[in-house]
Amino acid sequence: MSQSVSSELISAVPRPHGTDAVLAAFTQVGAVVGLEARKLAHDPSELLLRAVQPALWLVIFGGVFSTIHVIPTGSYTYLQFLTPGILAQSVLFIAIFYGIASIRERELGIITKFLVSPTPRAILVGARGLSASIRGLSQALIVMLLATGLGVALNLSPASLAGLVVTIVLGSALFSTLSMIIASLVKTQERFLGIGQLLTMPLFFASNAIYPISIMPVWLRPFALANPLTYLVDALRNLMLPTPGGLFPLWEDLGVLFAVTMGLILLEARLYPRMAQ
Amino acid sequence: MQPSSAPPVVVTQDLTRRFGQLTAVHPLRVSVQPGEIFGLIGPNGAGKTTTIKMLTTLLPPTAGTASVAGFDIVREPTEVRRNIGYVPQLISADAQITGYENLWVFARLYLIPPAERERRIRSALEFMGLSGVADELVKNYSGGMIRRLEIAQALMHRPRVLFMDEPTVGLDPIAREAVWEQIVRLRREYGTSVVLTTHYMEEADHLCERVGVLHRGRLVASGSPAELKAGLEQADASLEDVFVHYAGEEMELGGGYREAGRLRRVAVRLE
Repeated sequence: MSQSVSSELISAVPRPHGTDAVLAAFTQVGAVVGLEARKLAHDPSELLLRAVQPALWLVIFGGVFSTIHVIPTGSYTYLQFLTPGILAQSVLFIAIFYGIASIRERELGIITKFLVSPTPRAILVGARGLSASIRGLSQALIVMLLATGLGVALNLSPASLAGLVVTIVLGSALFSTLSMIIASLVKTQERFLGIGQLLTMPLFFASNAIYPISIMPVWLRPFALANPLTYLVDALRNLMLPTPGGLFPLWEDLGVLFAVTMGLILLEARLYPRMAQ
Repeated sequence: MQPSSAPPVVVTQDLTRRFGQLTAVHPLRVSVQPGEIFGLIGPNGAGKTTTIKMLTTLLPPTAGTASVAGFDIVREPTEVRRNIGYVPQLISADAQITGYENLWVFARLYLIPPAERERRIRSALEFMGLSGVADELVKNYSGGMIRRLEIAQALMHRPRVLFMDEPTVGLDPIAREAVWEQIVRLRREYGTSVVLTTHYMEEADHLCERVGVLHRGRLVASGSPAELKAGLEQADASLEDVFVHYAGEEMELGGGYREAGRLRRVAVRLE
């Protein structure tokens, strides 16, 4: 290492090792998540506007399909089946447009400022993913309140709620990182919005959010099983319904979400620096 | 210029960048002494920003390398990042949060020890004359205040070298002079070396001890503004004259649609 004595003396930023490195990572993640929290605290109107869409789905769509009994949902009412699906959908719809923030920050000079800081790229990207979960968690609160208001029986035990938080954080991180990858590739708002629109509906309909995989046409099933949204919905059904209502065990759902999220973060950590070139 | 026995804070070794067929920066050799304010001057498109992006580790060089604050930009980018500050040409402060919060985020990203964070933030605000507006949203700041906040952001971790890309573009003359004054004070009080780019010759003349003249990605001259002007056989030569002499053509500003759009966006946002 070609470090001169003078730079050793003057260098103001400590260089973390071992447990310090872990602490450093937490500090840096805290900076990015704190930034997002402060932005939302200054202007929370967005969070309230986001409540409209899940309300429409639960009240209108859920109301209609509850009365006609066409979708087989086992021992649950259709609204019970639908509630985790709509929560997952809200998480997806918010997270999938998260990358627009990267594009805006690229058009200004904000991204370069982050990238010249000594923060490891994977930490910057992972922390952005975690920031997105603030919105996801506020959606969870809204959907739970709506569903309770509609008389849907949900599992509100502390263990279930803790699991819900973990699941929402993973789901938000997954789709917001995917969104940032798209942003890093297309770089302009117009193209980004186009691709975002293009992606949301197939992800939504080729999932088990509003109907079970068992009633899908055979050709669609592999897509549903390869769709991360399916595992988010499934985890939520395991956690939110009075008895675990998922197709797969919870650990399997969370394992898939975790693995996909990590893969996406590592990919975006490589792509993100391009945003400053 | 000060005589220095200490090693230069920036040394480029045939630093080169190509974008496809276009060579944005031809093999570049410059060095910057500790405590020096060094200016890269030239019109838009001369390769100034590309050079700064390579030196700040944002853009990998196609060939060659550079040492910044004693570290190699290609092999030790993280060490370089720890030791530099950067004020990009475009707006880099977040408008949706307060000035204090902007500094809070970077104090943590730069791992300033928790016990010192608050003090560093307060002193950076004070140094830049922003203490009174620390808790206001940045979207209500004037252009000059935003620039000073961005400099404060880049300074909290006491960088050895501060890179500034067109630090006063879009500012009115009063705000411009205020920024100049801060840069000079910064060097005086902390001994920070400054590398800045500018296409305002007046700025380079006023602020820089040495300048490098870039033209189409090549360094065509370097030296103190006085030396460069004296080198011309022309009474009362200006730095514009120096540029015309070495480039063999008028300094044409503009840089095309994209560049014009960027500059105007900065100017509008800074109003």
